[in-house]
Amino acid sequence: MSLKDKTAIAGIGVTGFSKNSGVSELSLAAQCVKAACDDAGLPTSAIDGLVTYTLDSTDEIEVARAVGAGDLSYFSQVNYGGGAAVGVILQAVMAVATGQAENVVCWRAMNGRSGQRMGQGVSGNIISSDLIHWSWYMAYGMLTPGSWIAMIANKYMHTYGVTREDLGRVAISQRNYATTNPRAFGYQKPLTMEEYLASKMIADPLCLYDFCQETDGGCAILITSAERARDLKQKPAIIRGITQASTRGQEQMTSYYRSELISLPEMEMAAQRAYAMAGLGPEDIDAASLYDAFSSEIIMQLESFGFAKPGEGVELVREGALDIDGRLPNNTHGGLLSEAYIHGMNNIAEAARLIRGESGNQPSKNVEHVLVSSGVGVPTGAMILGVDA
Amino acid sequence: MGAGRIKPPLGHDNAWWWEMADQGKLGIQRCKNCGVLRHPPSPMCGECQSLDWEAIESTGAGTICSFTVLRHPQFPGYDYPLIIVLIDLEEGTRITSQLVDCEPEAVEFGMPVQMRIQEDPDGFKLPVFAPAGTGGAA
Repeated sequence: MSLKDKTAIAGIGVTGFSKNSGVSELSLAAQCVKAACDDAGLPTSAIDGLVTYTLDSTDEIEVARAVGAGDLSYFSQVNYGGGAAVGVILQAVMAVATGQAENVVCWRAMNGRSGQRMGQGVSGNIISSDLIHWSWYMAYGMLTPGSWIAMIANKYMHTYGVTREDLGRVAISQRNYATTNPRAFGYQKPLTMEEYLASKMIADPLCLYDFCQETDGGCAILITSAERARDLKQKPAIIRGITQASTRGQEQMTSYYRSELISLPEMEMAAQRAYAMAGLGPEDIDAASLYDAFSSEIIMQLESFGFAKPGEGVELVREGALDIDGRLPNNTHGGLLSEAYIHGMNNIAEAARLIRGESGNQPSKNVEHVLVSSGVGVPTGAMILGVDA
Repeated sequence: MGAGRIKPPLGHDNAWWWEMADQGKLGIQRCKNCGVLRHPPSPMCGECQSLDWEAIESTGAGTICSFTVLRHPQFPGYDYPLIIVLIDLEEGTRITSQLVDCEPEAVEFGMPVQMRIQEDPDGFKLPVFAPAGTGGAA
């Protein structure tokens, strides 16, 4: 049984994004879940499934109680940080397509700046396979996502002649979108190449503006059947292709021991499977929300998803392909770099807005299909949304 | 001086490697059934699924596959700027480590390096690498 066209995003909900929400993560979760229901035109009592990230601090049943959800017939969580983004949607899609639940809300809510920050290092004393994995890095001082990603970015950039200016082009393209997005950290805060190049280096070759935001906020996505979505308030964003992906030699952030370090094998796998399910190829994709915890990841993904040959992703960036009038407008809300870091859920929300034709930066061209990816350098996933036929 | 660098949590699958380091050796895991070398270590061979393995001692000679210079945030127990390297060992496996006795501006892809055991002020020992020919050879 294929999941193609069986389900749709019928509602999206966001809280305000800030650096200090002043409320609990449960409150953020409840607010965004309620907002997704409102957006779809469904009462919260219609929710019968809830899915989140293992990194989320809020349990499904706490959210259910807070929002007054109905009886839950499906609840689960997906691992690997931002790599879970499409994965949580896939859980909901499978639950709905198999009749296990009717209206499943996926959420991620975090006090990512005022509370537990992602870059605060890994340590601990409980022995698990995951902790043994981190043990190879913590003694050497590789304690943060930036340090792990920089190792791959440096090799990739060295091999293909990608410069800091090229990373800057990605950061500035997304900041340009954010300057007009009132939800965004980068709202009315333009970024120049001079400012980019003058910002402090964090982990060579990555500087401050190559890093995503740290954000307090929540984002929720309501999944229901394509059939039911047609009767709801919003234009459905049909899920045409969706998959998770993890490959041989996969580690969480540190897949350093494969023969090649200059490609993203798990993202290539995600691309192949998502395209195959949708019956589409890169030429059919009109816009994208590629995961962007770091600017370098965008350039590499252009190759993973077949928009450019290996080593040529940077050419697309230099041509302005990611901009609003370009070949592949990308992260038109500003992305994790310049809107907010809600672990990729906010990128999924923007993809749905593009399908509805309601992005604050809606490209003038017809947008039929939008590609979304999950976290880079971790077990990941990809999804293709389409306009209802 | 503080507590020094963060110590690796030790379990069945990695403690032996750090014990070798404490004895001044850089270990590599080898499958006793098919002979494949593997790092980071794992309890089962991904090639032949054998649970039998042994540790060999690396010569410590290698080249820099990739690197990064960590500048921020700065954690207690480490010296910044901190050069982290991926080393292709001559035995064929790859290892993540630290580069010492080298300025950040002087690091190059493909640079030959040699392992040495560093002993921290608190007595903790770990394999690090230095540019070849700088006294790093055992």
